Amino acid sequence: MYKTILIANRGAVAARVMRTAKRMGREVGVVHSPADADLPYVGQAAFRAEAPGNRASESYLDQDFIIAAAKRFGADAIHPGYGFLSENPGFAQKCAEAGVAFIGPSPDVIRAMGEKTEARRKMAAAGLPMVPSSGALPDSDEAVLKAGDELGYPVLVKPANGGGGIGMQPALSSRELLAAVARARSVASRAFADAEVYLERLVERPRHIEFQIAVDRFGKARHFFERDCSVQRRHQKVIEEAGAPAVPRAELDAMGERAAAAVAALGYSTIGTVEMLYHPDIGFSFLEMNTRLQVEHGVTEEVTGTDLVEIQIRLAEGEAMDAVAPRPKLTGHSVQARIYAEDPKTFLPSPGAIADFDMPEGEGIRVDTGFAAGTTITPFYDPMIAKVIATGTDRPEAIAKLSAALRQTRISGPKTNIPLLLHILQDADFVSGRVHTGLISGLSPIS
Amino acid sequence: MSKTKDIRSSLTGTVWKIDASVGDSVSEDDPVVTLESMKMEIPVGAPLDGVITEILVTENDLVEEGQVIARMSV
Repeated sequence: MYKTILIANRGAVAARVMRTAKRMGREVGVVHSPADADLPYVGQAAFRAEAPGNRASESYLDQDFIIAAAKRFGADAIHPGYGFLSENPGFAQKCAEAGVAFIGPSPDVIRAMGEKTEARRKMAAAGLPMVPSSGALPDSDEAVLKAGDELGYPVLVKPANGGGGIGMQPALSSRELLAAVARARSVASRAFADAEVYLERLVERPRHIEFQIAVDRFGKARHFFERDCSVQRRHQKVIEEAGAPAVPRAELDAMGERAAAAVAALGYSTIGTVEMLYHPDIGFSFLEMNTRLQVEHGVTEEVTGTDLVEIQIRLAEGEAMDAVAPRPKLTGHSVQARIYAEDPKTFLPSPGAIADFDMPEGEGIRVDTGFAAGTTITPFYDPMIAKVIATGTDRPEAIAKLSAALRQTRISGPKTNIPLLLHILQDADFVSGRVHTGLISGLSPIS
Repeated sequence: MSKTKDIRSSLTGTVWKIDASVGDSVSEDDPVVTLESMKMEIPVGAPLDGVITEILVTENDLVEEGQVIARMSV
């Protein structure tokens, strides 16, 4: 058992982990930057270590500083939260070398899942579906067209040995395919010195559905249902919910079981999330795996009655799944909105001192935040101010509660995206469950 | 006759990099300074065509919204 836990993170997740660790009777310490010294959870820590600087590299990413703090305070374990060092295999390794437990998977698993092609290869081998794709395309036009017809349109032509989206060319039909292949080959040979390309089915208006998984060190795996995180802006999630609307429950549960089995096959033993793309015509395909607590874990907790941080800590300590978490049931529906310090029209960051900070309260309303009135949203870190989670007996009730809660919320100082959040929650496609990753960019402007 | 024009920070952040030097001729919207705020890089462009006459910040400086960070003659 970890008697003393050091939280190597900040803001909402530091406050969240502290809440559970204290309830479990553990002594909890934090590291913090000078700019974060006044945040409420820092004052509530049993011990605290102030970093030399405010930049992430001088504070929450400074591995030696964090490990030195853990040793100074005699911490048994480090909880990395999410972001920062939570998926850094080198840090997990350094913790092990320093004799401090890293609450997360082994460095090897973090490394394998962090390398995207390797992760896809491993997960395909473990039985998860991938976006349908062709093999490397042959030279003859006739064979290329045949590969396109076999896969089905629209397709994306992708360099076989590329990355970063460079050289990818869409082809909506066979008429566009040969020109797209020629363009992709030309870019690929210049950028990667390799003209080999292949076709991947282009998933239009995809949904992002992810499965919450936990595995114990004896290999027993469970899934805790799914979250739909389709409502995103520039790959930043904005609204998340559990469960996913408008997908048959049996299909979701079957994929949850497959995802849990695939993660167990990796030799994984902690909590984690399998992110997938979903399209009604194509089904699920593996996107990536996150080997840590997710920002949106709260909606899962609300519909399953679990505490994922407690499960994470106890699994790390070596307890068995059945003792830690019996098979969960899904009850009701939960929707989370992320309040960001940003201008709702221009999306520019809006740091500043918080004067008023009146957060909503009520039955089925939960707020996760690291801030309070009188604290400051600084420009040094990400713009998230708070997560507001509303839970109801069904999706319409949860959405109505969340809208009412956001209308009650008063934050003055930084501008916030609350007008955008309310706009999304009223959008006809969102309300009817027709969510997809392009939903925000397709909204009418906020008046 | 040329006039001096202030170039102001569009938001609170830190100076990530200085893109222009004193004496540079710049066109409207050419980046002068790139700020970093909340994990985003935000370029501050020249408001008009002209020549940079002063750069008032250095890398890693914290700047406030509206603060004059450079001047140019237009």
